[in-house]
Amino acid sequence: MSNNMNLTLKVWRQKNAKAKGELVSYQADHVSPDMSFLEMLDVVNEGLIKKGDDPIHFDHDCREGICGSCSLHINGRPHGPKKGITTCQLHMRSFNDKDTIVIEPWRAEGFPVIKDLSTDRSAFDRIQVAGGFISVNTGGAPDANVIPIPKVVADEAFNSATCIGCGACVAACKNASAMLFVSAKVSQLALLPQGQPERYRRVQAMVAQMDAEGFGSCTNTGACEAECPKEISITNIARMNRDYFTAKLLKSEE
Amino acid sequence: MKLDAKIPQGPLAEKWSKHKFNLKLVNPANKRKYTVIVVGTGLAGSSAAASLAQLGYNVKAFCFQDSPRRAHSIAAQGGINGAKNYQNDGDSVYRLFYDTIKGGDYRSREGNVYRLAEVSVNIIDQCVAQGVPFAREYGGLLDNRSFGGSQVSRTFYARGQTGQQLLLGAYSSLNRQINLGKVKMFTRHEMMDVVTIDGEAKGIVTRDLISGAIETHSAHAVLLCTGGYGNVFYLSTNAMGCNVTAAWKAHKRGAYFANPCFTQIHPTCIPVTGEHQSKLTLMSESLRNDGRVWAPKTKELAEKIRKGELKASELKDDDRDYFLERKYPAFGNLVPRDVASRNAKEIVDEGRGVGNSGIAVYLDFAESISRLGEDAVRAKYGNLFDMYQQITDENPYKQPMRIYPAVHYTMGGLWVDYNLQTTVKGLYCLGEANFSEHGANRLGASALMQGLADGYFVIPYTLGDHLATIGPKEIDTNHPAFKETQKNVVDRINKLLSLKGNKTVSEYHRELGHIMWEYCGMARTEEGLIKAKGLIRELKEDFWKNAIVTGINDEFNQNLENAGRVADFLELGELMVDDALDRKESCGGHFRLESQTPEGEALRDDDNYAYVAAWQYNGDNQPESLHKEELVFENVKLTQRSYK
Repeated sequence: MSNNMNLTLKVWRQKNAKAKGELVSYQADHVSPDMSFLEMLDVVNEGLIKKGDDPIHFDHDCREGICGSCSLHINGRPHGPKKGITTCQLHMRSFNDKDTIVIEPWRAEGFPVIKDLSTDRSAFDRIQVAGGFISVNTGGAPDANVIPIPKVVADEAFNSATCIGCGACVAACKNASAMLFVSAKVSQLALLPQGQPERYRRVQAMVAQMDAEGFGSCTNTGACEAECPKEISITNIARMNRDYFTAKLLKSEE
Repeated sequence: MKLDAKIPQGPLAEKWSKHKFNLKLVNPANKRKYTVIVVGTGLAGSSAAASLAQLGYNVKAFCFQDSPRRAHSIAAQGGINGAKNYQNDGDSVYRLFYDTIKGGDYRSREGNVYRLAEVSVNIIDQCVAQGVPFAREYGGLLDNRSFGGSQVSRTFYARGQTGQQLLLGAYSSLNRQINLGKVKMFTRHEMMDVVTIDGEAKGIVTRDLISGAIETHSAHAVLLCTGGYGNVFYLSTNAMGCNVTAAWKAHKRGAYFANPCFTQIHPTCIPVTGEHQSKLTLMSESLRNDGRVWAPKTKELAEKIRKGELKASELKDDDRDYFLERKYPAFGNLVPRDVASRNAKEIVDEGRGVGNSGIAVYLDFAESISRLGEDAVRAKYGNLFDMYQQITDENPYKQPMRIYPAVHYTMGGLWVDYNLQTTVKGLYCLGEANFSEHGANRLGASALMQGLADGYFVIPYTLGDHLATIGPKEIDTNHPAFKETQKNVVDRINKLLSLKGNKTVSEYHRELGHIMWEYCGMARTEEGLIKAKGLIRELKEDFWKNAIVTGINDEFNQNLENAGRVADFLELGELMVDDALDRKESCGGHFRLESQTPEGEALRDDDNYAYVAAWQYNGDNQPESLHKEELVFENVKLTQRSYK
């Protein structure tokens, strides 16, 4: 097709966690505007493999914006130039012929690089292991309609629950703070009646783990909210802070 | 070996209760002496791992993703069925059972399906208690919708991301058990083989995907919760990493593979745009509630549209063929998935397809928009319309959507008995990876239900019986069987890494996908299947000569990971074709052109094919042996599905 593009990529290549990385230039020619960004990288990788070179490693899986695997910093922005989507949902029609595109991994102390564009986000799992649950045993649940939950409360909890754990909030933050992610997880359960019994213990445990993982502090810049592919609101952070203060002042034993 | 499904005797509604009572229990003090391995952390795996750990067993859980939360259950959109009858519209456990048996075109077991319907109500309770934010009404109670042509509203949902919310619920239960020290989680680990000792599963061999280390793990039982094999078609709505490797390795170790040709092709997906396409995106089935499916009446008109000389909106009503409404006046656009898919294919085969490629039909909302207004349509489907526009750069409020069927789910899988045990003792299979509840066609909102039923409410009971029988004796990974299996894994990896040909692994995968889609897809013939078998064999041979696998084992090597998975798909593809050849009837998603009614609908042959086809592996390039498990129907009467 005539509207295919020729692009220059500058991609972060790093053999492993210990190696020194650098930006390497690649040419991506005849790129169709209908390709997704990751499909464009697939094509580049096919070319590299044919030459016997190591393909560019990046995390990806569902390619429809829900698993939270994909994680590229594109021209300085997590998940690229468009709002409210992940990298796998970005299409090449968002770029122009002869563009140069810089592709880097998430950059944060809490997310060490594994290889090339792939980072270790297991810190997010550990934060949730610390307390991101309701202690309910399988089989012990009462009928689902026993506790009515007002629709507005349920919807608000749902808005927090849409977080896909991709880490764009951390990558966007100049302090590499994980406050948006943690607060979304805390909020979902703090809003629901089922989450009340462990509400204050939960927020303390999760914040403690977040700090232990080396994420920075929140200075209310709002970059996290601007770059979040699920458009999670920073109101969650205020809610978490309030719960955390309440816990420390009045309910530290809970 | 004679297949014994171990379905309990007695009336349908009492089977499960009686069976639970008859199963042996493990003494609470002894549970901590047992180790259970769970492979895969989707809905089935996470829920099983959490529930078993809660009982007191030591669980080792494995996933190839970087977090258990990223398993592909996360992507399910529509909802989960539960026979709660909260809407007072006539639903019941029996009705859900009946709908599922009928929807599966009478190729599943009554006992299993009834149990599934029975525990469906507990699943909803469990998820709500975990904090899953299901949709609610203003009164604060749970909302339901009707889904997939069902006549009752029994589907619970969480906007368009029910899968993510349910998986996050199961994942949180899993996290709680990790926190308590009862589950040890291994992320970025891929299962490479099952270790058997004297024919019983005693552990697995894994590859650490970051370091490349090939490790052995022992256990008193191994649970495979590793999802479906839809990616054998290359293009599907599955995630890129979905694969058959774990199930296939188990198959080679003696687990029979059942009904591999039963695959579900979903009618409403966004069409392919070119060779670069890596996966397909599903548009929720709910769109067919208000959208009308059509194609141009003649080839000539379709050709003009393809060339851009004519716009869809310019076509007069007389020049449009609303083919589902025409052929199925009673159900119209809401016919089941398999029927809708097959009809779209027919249109395209006749040369009446639209879009640049000609491989699509229209799903048109113009009539709904003029009747309800754009705002009402936006309120209902806004997020789906946005998704469509994001991918295609076309505005579906102004022009009809282009849709085409895509592979979505696999009903086949490892054969399991009523206890979810495979033909290998100690090896269990849960969720989409097993074959059991959906027959030849799965109904909408039933996959999530089955995954969670298996993990939360079936395996915690049935596994105890096996463990109590074998006793808590420790299993040593120094046993020669572990060393030997580990060596086999290393040898195979080295063989893959020695491939320095001229064709990439993805090119082989794409080619396999073309063969499967063409000959073992929506319509199958004996001639086509025989041809496909030859083509797959050639492709497999070529793969082991001319593929390129880069890098080394002792590093993060995505090319090597993919090579191993594609090599297994190449073997599975042939078995799927064999199964489709054996089944000379049409049923559900399996449509043999030789077996259709005068109106062109799927024609079952209950006298000869009311069985589960379970295949036994006999060695590389050897024909597999077929074992038949006859299906017994004591409660439902087998009828011809008709949607006229």
